[in-house]
Amino acid sequence: MPETAARPAVAIADADSDARLLLLDLHDNVLVARTRIRAGEEIRVGGVMVTVDRDLPIGHKLARRAVAPGDKIVKYGAPIGSATAAIAIGGHVHVHNVKSDYTPTYHLDEARQHYADGA
Amino acid sequence: MEGYLRADGRKGIRNIVVVGYLVECAHHVAREIALPFRDADVHVIGFPGCFPNGYAERMMERLCTHPNIGAVLLVSLGCESFNKYGLEHAVRSSGRPVKTVVIQAAGGTRASIAEGRDFVVAQRAMLDVAPRVPMTPGDLVVGTICGGSDGTSGITGNPAAGRAFDLLVRDGAACIFEETGELIGCEHIMAARAVDSGLGRELEASVAKAARYYATLGYGSFAAGNADGGLTTIEEKSMGAYAKSGASPISGLIKPGDVPPRGGLYLLDVVPDGEVRFGFPNINDNAEIAELIACGSHVILFVTGRGSVVGSAISPVVKICANPETYRRMTDDMDVDAGRILEGRATLDEVGAEIRDLVLGLADGGRTRSEELGHQEFILTYKTFEPIGPACLPAA
Repeated sequence: MPETAARPAVAIADADSDARLLLLDLHDNVLVARTRIRAGEEIRVGGVMVTVDRDLPIGHKLARRAVAPGDKIVKYGAPIGSATAAIAIGGHVHVHNVKSDYTPTYHLDEARQHYADGA
Repeated sequence: MEGYLRADGRKGIRNIVVVGYLVECAHHVAREIALPFRDADVHVIGFPGCFPNGYAERMMERLCTHPNIGAVLLVSLGCESFNKYGLEHAVRSSGRPVKTVVIQAAGGTRASIAEGRDFVVAQRAMLDVAPRVPMTPGDLVVGTICGGSDGTSGITGNPAAGRAFDLLVRDGAACIFEETGELIGCEHIMAARAVDSGLGRELEASVAKAARYYATLGYGSFAAGNADGGLTTIEEKSMGAYAKSGASPISGLIKPGDVPPRGGLYLLDVVPDGEVRFGFPNINDNAEIAELIACGSHVILFVTGRGSVVGSAISPVVKICANPETYRRMTDDMDVDAGRILEGRATLDEVGAEIRDLVLGLADGGRTRSEELGHQEFILTYKTFEPIGPACLPAA
């Protein structure tokens, strides 16, 4: 059991990534945005410069390293689901490319898109 | 700290008159009775169903004899199935003033409202001059819940609530965390914290039960707003929610209405036993809050990222905002700005101590934001539980 899950610090220092990104556990393959990061910004992730391809709201995740389909997504040092698609380093990690290993995630993204398009 | 001493030895931090309706048909009359006293510690709770249910009757009994309650008015239509005789007897046996208004016997809506208000006025006059006795943190039961969670909850608000739990448990309080459906994926690391292996197996079994229950229903304990806030799966939400428990050893597993026998950290199993029936285990956050209060919680720590506004009948709800953007948008509703941890303006330990101090201050006249805003949400629905097994509460 990693110590971090019982007594989580806010973050581990990650000199390879932008200071606006939090690394919660050394085993993690995702970083968490501690503030909103805008689409088009160039930021450093895992030692490489990447362009953020969409607005990343506070609390959202991006890939710390490249992820292959089927790989476990690891956050807090624990698996939180499996990748359903390849995710490039710096890519947004969310419901469009990750699924739960327990119960499916319910969200309103399609409904929002549908009614926005119809308006 | 000071509180109101009850006949069973427990102490309350509030001295509330509770008006309890025993079927939805009596809800309006109960609400009208309480309306003139909305700022005077008169709260409405109740059970809407007309079919009998042992869980609901036990919940109502535990809530009406909660240490924060000083007097009880029950409102019955007259023909519902709820066992009003047993409930009134239990409240009277607890040493509290109690009266049942039966609408069909009293002569209808107007007469019932008048009779009920007379009782409330008389009780308020007595309770408002009731003496208080010294209280210590060891007299407290504190529950925790998270609602409207987002990607910040598990990083700031939940671990800060966990630090507050560690401090309160150290000082002798009983602390309760819950929602086994939001511990899916954490069962093994949680079981390792049990005071003995028998309890550890019970903890694992409670989460396995929750996973089965939710799988049958087809949805996890996960709302659309959780995904908007950056949470991707129930496992991710669980890892964040689990942080509310802090780092103390786990002393026991209880079910709704079970009062912790002594200080320590307890898991409340909120998922019904047996075949899946009656629908989702808790249809919203207030259903869980009501169960934490039925276990004797004097105070609820509520961590939110998206921005919940709810409070509760009977016990104050402390709103801990995990997300600094949400805090700036909804400051009036929040007691604690845990999002400043994310912005490097405070540490987890500092916010944990702030939450602990705020809890102790509630027993010294302090009021939460949700209390000041008049939030007194309450909901109770159908469930079925078996009593806890012998391994759930190992001897101290």
